[in-house]
Amino acid sequence: MVEPFTTFTSRTFVLPQESIDTDQIIPARFLTTTSRAGLGDFAFYDWRYDAQGKTKRDAPLNQVDTQTCSVLVAGDNFGCGSSREHAPWALRDFGVRAVVSTSIADIFTSNALKNGLLPIVVDQATHERLLADPGGRVTINLEECTLSAGNEPPVRFEVEPFARRCLLDGVDALGHLLSHTAAIEAFEHAHGLEPRHD
Amino acid sequence: MSPPNEPKILFDKVWDRRVVRSETADAPAILYVDLHLVHEVTSPQAFAELDARGLRVRRPDRTYATLDHSTPTLPPNGDGVRPYVTPDAARQVTALERSCEKHGIRLADWDSADRGIVHVMAPELGLTQPGMVVVCGDSHTATHGAFGAIAFGIGTSEVAHVLATQSLMQRKPQRMRVTIDGALAPGVTAKDLTLAVIAELGFGGGTGYAIEYAGEAVRSLDMEGRMTLCNMTIEAGARCGMIAPDDVTLAWLRGRRHAPHGAAFEAAAVQWLALATDEGAAFDKEVRLDGSAIAPMATWGTTPDAGLPIGAPLPRPRGDSEGRALEYMGFEGGVANTSHPIDVVFIGSCTNGRLADLRAAAAVLRGHHVKANVRMLVVPGSENVRRQAEAEGLHHVFTEAGAEWRLPGCSMCIAMNGDFVAPGQLAVSTSNRNFEGRQGKGARTILASPATAAASAIAGVLTDPRPYLGVDGHG
Repeated sequence: MVEPFTTFTSRTFVLPQESIDTDQIIPARFLTTTSRAGLGDFAFYDWRYDAQGKTKRDAPLNQVDTQTCSVLVAGDNFGCGSSREHAPWALRDFGVRAVVSTSIADIFTSNALKNGLLPIVVDQATHERLLADPGGRVTINLEECTLSAGNEPPVRFEVEPFARRCLLDGVDALGHLLSHTAAIEAFEHAHGLEPRHD
Repeated sequence: MSPPNEPKILFDKVWDRRVVRSETADAPAILYVDLHLVHEVTSPQAFAELDARGLRVRRPDRTYATLDHSTPTLPPNGDGVRPYVTPDAARQVTALERSCEKHGIRLADWDSADRGIVHVMAPELGLTQPGMVVVCGDSHTATHGAFGAIAFGIGTSEVAHVLATQSLMQRKPQRMRVTIDGALAPGVTAKDLTLAVIAELGFGGGTGYAIEYAGEAVRSLDMEGRMTLCNMTIEAGARCGMIAPDDVTLAWLRGRRHAPHGAAFEAAAVQWLALATDEGAAFDKEVRLDGSAIAPMATWGTTPDAGLPIGAPLPRPRGDSEGRALEYMGFEGGVANTSHPIDVVFIGSCTNGRLADLRAAAAVLRGHHVKANVRMLVVPGSENVRRQAEAEGLHHVFTEAGAEWRLPGCSMCIAMNGDFVAPGQLAVSTSNRNFEGRQGKGARTILASPATAAASAIAGVLTDPRPYLGVDGHG
């Protein structure tokens, strides 16, 4: 069960690179886990640690305090690459609550929404403003689907309505699917998809 | 759904026949899943979710599991112990074995003659069929779209949804047709075509779309080539890529273990062929390429769309990302990347680990030797591929040339099983991603075809394979 997603205000941190892929978000060698917990330690691992595993002191990510800066503003095409849900698990555990970009990969979006991590696609002008103001204060209102920064009027963003409802209510899609078991069974029957015993 | 007489596209025909509940403004469609493929890395948390809720796997008979991602490609030691990269990797395999046992799911385990990379194995066994909805916790699931299936990668939460309900909540994507006219020139392969398509669409160019590949160059591909093309659809940002079933598809499926047999096959074949996009059906977007203009391709950057004909000068950076990519790769804008010494050549993966790929590499390599200081790894995509390759003696071609011949698995494509490219090393790889560190921390990856990879192993630098094949590349 996920916590209900409420309106919140936070500061941003900025990763301006385009096409930050899931191998950057969490390198594949950390996927040999059977748990979803604790993956924040591996978030952007190769950007934060050197080949010997020592903290890169000059890496901006090592200065980020996600207690106060929980909104990531990232370059275009964020989250491209693999389907690993470990990417939003790692970001969420690292302390990120929303990612803002001009485009966000499809599978990443789907995975993020299931884990209380809000993907927000904004227009280029808004994006440029946010990129230019790391540490700026933003308010994200999921009920209204708006993002407000500084003195600018709030910007509307799109969230798939069902995923939005799930986030606001703190429920997940599996419960909804299970409530349609009878329909699924009827569909199997009508289309000859029942188990074969051969 | 469209009215009955309106021309329809392949995607819509398959989608419509698997909609349990239609999509509304408030909720996505409930889409029925014909085939759910499972591997050890993206499934343990899904099985744990089912356990936590006291749920069973709804249709173990429509679920098929394999071991591929984190599994070693070296054989067990004298005591039968497999050289797992970490105890965690071994635990993942044990966890999947237990879950499959508990829920009655078929698993191509270590002792199975069928085990292989999920997207190599399922088509081989005839599990993948036209008109199906196929999902897997892996973004390269679009591979199965080569058969005219809607196939796409899902996250682990959705793996749990499908395990528990055999269905998924999905909104219908936009549809794009990519038509590749003309015939590919001699010595130009499906991988070259694929890299050219991705370069055309751009890394995020397919986001929000399902792609249908059409045109003469696509029709002329064998099933293995079609799988290579569909496999990398996600590298243009689209979750799903597909090709209409035709005689080539039927010929591949006939006689496969899990395909229908006899009269049932002939009846199914009629339905499958009818899935093709109708004349006059409209797509949300159309893209056309000239297949006859494509040359052997290789990437120069750290995204799969950074592809160019081998020998072409690399772009001069126009922005930060191109500059950063060139810097990471150690290449220079304005000149070709054909003079940098190669350290590693990798042939394998769900993109290019099939028998046709190994034959193509062996055809180049036969009678040659891998350049000194180049490490070449050849990893068959499945046990079936391995057996057939060994029956043809291909493994001798590889080992005599100085390459390593391994057991099936994802290996150096995702570099989580202990096979990796060392920091700073330059690899020519037949896999699907050239991201920073994809093949190991600090590894630099050039994506190319099996023939190009083999030619580059011989020359020690990125090399057009056509001279090795007796084909004039400039005709």
